[in-house]
Amino acid sequence: MIKLNNIHKYYQTGEQSIHVLKGIDLHIKEGELVSIMGSSGSGKSTLLNILGVLDSHDAGHYHLAGQEIKHLKERHAAHLRNALIGFVFQSFNLLPFKNALENVALPLYYQKMGRKERNRRAAQYLEMVGLSDRAGHMPNQLSGGQKQRVAIARALVTQPKVILADEPTGALDSQTTAEVMEVLKHFHGLGNTIVIVTHEQDIANQTQRQIHLRDGLIDTADAAMTPEVVV
Amino acid sequence: MIDGLQEILYTLKQNKLRTALTAFGVFWGIFMLIFLLGAGRGMQNGVIDSFADNALDTIIIWSGTTSVAHNGQGLGRRVSYTDDDIEAIRHHIDGVRFVTGANSMGQGTVVYGSKTGFFDVYGIDDTYFKIRDQVPIRAGRTIQILDQEQTRKVAVIGSAVRDRLFGHDGNPIGAMIRVNNINLTVVGVFHDRNNNGRDSERLFVPYSTFTKTFGRGNQVHVIWARPDANVDGKVLEENIIELLKKRHNVSPDDRRAIQSFNFAEPAKMVKGMFVAINALIWFVGLGTLTAGIVGISNIMIITVKERTREIGIRKALGATPFSIVSTLLMESILVTGFAGYMGLVVGVGIVELMAYGLEVSGAKMDFFQRPEVDFQVAVTALVLLVVVGTLAGLIPAIRAAKIAPVEAMRSDG
Repeated sequence: MIKLNNIHKYYQTGEQSIHVLKGIDLHIKEGELVSIMGSSGSGKSTLLNILGVLDSHDAGHYHLAGQEIKHLKERHAAHLRNALIGFVFQSFNLLPFKNALENVALPLYYQKMGRKERNRRAAQYLEMVGLSDRAGHMPNQLSGGQKQRVAIARALVTQPKVILADEPTGALDSQTTAEVMEVLKHFHGLGNTIVIVTHEQDIANQTQRQIHLRDGLIDTADAAMTPEVVV
Repeated sequence: MIDGLQEILYTLKQNKLRTALTAFGVFWGIFMLIFLLGAGRGMQNGVIDSFADNALDTIIIWSGTTSVAHNGQGLGRRVSYTDDDIEAIRHHIDGVRFVTGANSMGQGTVVYGSKTGFFDVYGIDDTYFKIRDQVPIRAGRTIQILDQEQTRKVAVIGSAVRDRLFGHDGNPIGAMIRVNNINLTVVGVFHDRNNNGRDSERLFVPYSTFTKTFGRGNQVHVIWARPDANVDGKVLEENIIELLKKRHNVSPDDRRAIQSFNFAEPAKMVKGMFVAINALIWFVGLGTLTAGIVGISNIMIITVKERTREIGIRKALGATPFSIVSTLLMESILVTGFAGYMGLVVGVGIVELMAYGLEVSGAKMDFFQRPEVDFQVAVTALVLLVVVGTLAGLIPAIRAAKIAPVEAMRSDG
């Protein structure tokens, strides 16, 4: 599903060029539930951006669902994001002036789907995350866990190939963290490929595979690693 | 489309005050432009009205008495023209489009049925109404060449003459009137606003009829002329006067024997004045409008900044740069279009109201008549406004489309 070969990424800050990713090789198979761990500055955000077609890599090859991702026009990249990837964010990123149902339906709007079909599907996914009764609520009327479940429904509504979750439980207490992880695992059980970026070891422990990033490289000797220092 | 509109209305509703103030800026700009243009046109109409129905290149020449001794002739000699002078002008002066002489006998007694009036009677040929082509003919026709050649006993009467003899709604065409005991058939009615309409208290008969029937000889009291297109009326006027001075043995320095008036001079001055006034109006109007547009541009920049996070989310969910740009542009177009249109409507409304008020109250101001809005100009201004408003929104919108989604979503908001 996801194949990275020797991915390099540089950032230009003034005179200096920072080498952020120094040759990432990674293969995530369809239906896997994977976690990417690493401290700040390890390059995990950059890797997530590249995986999410939000940023481009400078060298190497990236194949997503059989397509090589390279030198994409913005428009094409937007279509790929819409069709292949579902995002879940730490801060939920629901649009504050839209209710739960409208938030879930938004990606379908960008697929130019008709309003009726859009709302029908959105309602279906809200039901799957157990929030049918909150469809008309605005985000500020929902609890953190509920918001994140709406966001997960939104990520899934387009039936993407991959779910990319960036610290999905970072803003939640342990009770709701467990709820959200249950939902993610539930969808994994339905055959979805899910990549979770996190720095919480007990989240990572719930995934099938843990990938540790350190200084722009995948740390292969991770089994014996002491837990990362949380910054 | 409806969805897109809904998205825009959401954001506009979120910032009601800001939207209202921006819209007001645009509204005020276009309103001022329309209002000033309307008022300017009113002034222009008022001033042009003071020229009444004279074509603005008309030259009028009449005579007085000599004031400079010349070739052995003393002062105080009255100069009088004949139709030979008209012929001479026609043959010897270049650039004359029309020239004609009007003969006058002062007031005549005009009778129709039991009604009698005293009106000035003039003898003219068919050229006269070609020179005075701005004078509206209310009914029938003017004096024509056959009237002149066949010495027909016909008359074209002024509207005041008609009112007196036939009543305001009467139809005098074909009626027989008696002028100094000579029967004439009325063939036309004109209305001349000169001298506050007093020039309508006249009637015209063919020059030949006037000469023979009224026994007035071939005198000419007033010479009327118009230059060819592309001919300087001032030069033509001077050439004609020079010829007349030679023919009538008048000193070149004599200013009283031959007198003239050329509408071209005041017309030119007034035109120049209005070019200046119009330039000022456009300057002020467009300046106000520009302020409104700068406002729009400002708001768009703020909007984009405030919505950075939202735009980032939308991009992550699959919004194309085009959809981001078009949504923001639609917002700017909607506000400018709506506010501009309101400004247009209110501006035109007030100008029309002013015109209506002037008409109903019957107030007659010398320098303000019939304010009106050139619809084409108004629509052009509106289209221009929307286009510029769009451009004003374009730069912030394009910047918004370049926002990197992840950074945007990390930003606090």
